[in-house]
Amino acid sequence: MDTLPLVLTVGLLALAGFFAGKHKARLASTQVRSHSRPHYHGYLVALWTLIPALLVVMVWSFASESVITRLVVAELPARIQQMPASEKSLFTNEFKNLANEIDVKKHIPTEAIKSSDSTAVAYQAAQRYIQLTRLSQQLKAAVTLSLAALLIWFTLHRVQPQLKARNSVETIIKGLMIVSASIAILTTVGIVFSVLFEALAFFRHVPPGEFLFGTHWSPQTAIRADQVGGSGSFGAIPLLTGTLLISAIALVVAVPLGLFSAIYLAEYASPGIRTVAKPVMEVLAGIPTVVYGFFAALTVAPFIRETAESFGISASSESALAAGLVMGIMIIPFVSSLSDDVISAVPAILRDGSYALGATKSETIRKVVIPAALPGIVGGVLLAASRAIGETMIVVMAAGLAAKLTLNPLDSVTTITTQIVTLLTGDQAFDSPKTLAAFALGLGLFVVTLTLNILSLHVVRKYREQYE
Amino acid sequence: MTTEALPNTDPSAESAALQQARENNRAALDVTVDKTVGQPFVENPKISTRHVHVFYGDKPAIKDISLDIGRNQVLAMIGPSGCGKSTFLRCLNRMNDTIPTCRVEGDFRLDGEDIYAPGQDPVLLRSRVGMVFQKPNPFPKSIYDNVAYGVRLHGLAKNRAELDEIVEKSLRRAGLFDEVKDDLHKPGTGLSGGQQQRLCIARTIAIDPEVILMDEPTSALDPIATALIEELMIELSENYTIAIVTHSMQQAARVSNRTAYFHMGKLVEVNDTDRIFTTPQHPLTENYITGRFG
Repeated sequence: MDTLPLVLTVGLLALAGFFAGKHKARLASTQVRSHSRPHYHGYLVALWTLIPALLVVMVWSFASESVITRLVVAELPARIQQMPASEKSLFTNEFKNLANEIDVKKHIPTEAIKSSDSTAVAYQAAQRYIQLTRLSQQLKAAVTLSLAALLIWFTLHRVQPQLKARNSVETIIKGLMIVSASIAILTTVGIVFSVLFEALAFFRHVPPGEFLFGTHWSPQTAIRADQVGGSGSFGAIPLLTGTLLISAIALVVAVPLGLFSAIYLAEYASPGIRTVAKPVMEVLAGIPTVVYGFFAALTVAPFIRETAESFGISASSESALAAGLVMGIMIIPFVSSLSDDVISAVPAILRDGSYALGATKSETIRKVVIPAALPGIVGGVLLAASRAIGETMIVVMAAGLAAKLTLNPLDSVTTITTQIVTLLTGDQAFDSPKTLAAFALGLGLFVVTLTLNILSLHVVRKYREQYE
Repeated sequence: MTTEALPNTDPSAESAALQQARENNRAALDVTVDKTVGQPFVENPKISTRHVHVFYGDKPAIKDISLDIGRNQVLAMIGPSGCGKSTFLRCLNRMNDTIPTCRVEGDFRLDGEDIYAPGQDPVLLRSRVGMVFQKPNPFPKSIYDNVAYGVRLHGLAKNRAELDEIVEKSLRRAGLFDEVKDDLHKPGTGLSGGQQQRLCIARTIAIDPEVILMDEPTSALDPIATALIEELMIELSENYTIAIVTHSMQQAARVSNRTAYFHMGKLVEVNDTDRIFTTPQHPLTENYITGRFG
């Protein structure tokens, strides 16, 4: 039995268990008042069937392939057993491929088996492999279904009016939620550690001091020993300044525009305008960044260059300014939406208090509403900043790839994220410094955005304390 | 479910007390108020209002009220919830202007000057007619900055020393200075409810208004804090004209010179406080102050 029909069968068994449990509980509770209502008994039977059976299916499916491979390899002739590890794994792959082929074609070339060369051995191994796999499938189905049946019988047996089925279901559901949360957390931890270890591998090639404080970035290294190529220099400072320059330009655009539109929407706009304008502004955040990218590259960047040249200033056709401006437009919703929410959340009674002291509307906004909402606004700005720092596509298209150490917004610069993309695309050995540098950059980026996120969380929490 | 299953649907099964209560409430709704009884007008009033109508959208909230508030007097406004007393109070410093659906009609005069005249600036009016709200609403700033807020806004202090003096004087008059003198730069939101309300009163008197409106200023406070605020009101009435909305008839009796009884958007009866509470003329007033409804 294949895995999918097996899982469906287990599901059906659990469903049957649910109705059986419910029915039995209902019958049992006609005389005595039951602790839990019948459907909780049903859920308990179903969950007790479903979860262990599915766990068995999962573990078996993950483990079976390596167990079977090991079994087959153990039966191979001695001359193959004595081969070096790399050749042995090559042979293992060969018979596995053959097994797949045979499985698909449903045809076993018998004449090949009769010959006595290594192909014949491989065919024999493949056959053995297929045989064992089928056996494992059958065993898996048998074990799972009998386990499920046993569990249904056992849990149905336990259905009694005094059984605290409701509490047990509660506990099981709590457990499922803990498992879900753990998966999310463990994935994050796993990603962080994999990035960390690869970055440490990079620092074996390049000293951390050179990476952190070096001012020259040129990651081209020779792929082969006899190739003429750059020796590679990995100073991250130009990337960091590029990132910060573009993010700063983006924030200079986004913070005033976002904040003022938030104030307008929250304080001045009529409800009609607000219901239209707010979603429209939030659409800005939904436009794919690649669309912003070609807008920046094809419209904004040439416009900036022409304008600069008309003033007699030389400008690169790919400039930090173009990328920053467009990115600023993109992150407006992050500032405006969050600020709008916190400004609207400032209690009306504070505004009334200010009006009652003879303040005008703009005085009230400047002196009471904005200070009261400031922590939330700062949170929004920090969120927008981490979005800007992580942005890749607009920079690739509009700001170029040249790692220049410059603060001139009309020059072309590059950012950490853009360099990660270029480092990991193209042919390169995985353990070369060039590839590993991407992980070191990723780690750096992670540290920066994590710091910003922690900062904004902290600020937002402080704001909440003030009003609750 | 059948009607038999409902308990006490039979009127004869009702208790005598419940029947009496029903009757009183019905009577309260049936009595029509054509004309305000008592004495709505006084000699040389601080504020005078004539034929006031207020609407929220199309719904009338106040119907044809005419009332004077005497100079350096405390006027208490009492009445059941939704009777329009808070709405009327908010007309007096044009706070209703901030509610888009609210429409105010009638003649309002402060020292004989029409406060709804086209050239009138509501912002300036509010610096002359201060207001204290039901829920204490200190700004999330320091105690000092809370009191200094209006003073700075209107440029009432020439320098820091003068500002310090105004802040201290206002806090003293609100009876709060001794409690907070060491914490002037701590946030006003950290004070207790009663202290916060006295801070709001200090903030209001710091800009030296002529009239102070109070909208149920003690309804969120405990009895001790309430007693302090009531003392303060009596003290303040020496220099200020005060209008207070309250749900507590004892409070009205304790602090006010005159009391006005509102009912369903109308002004039923106005008179000197002792007369209202001893010999009410209108049956509605009598029912309300004797606690038969409301």
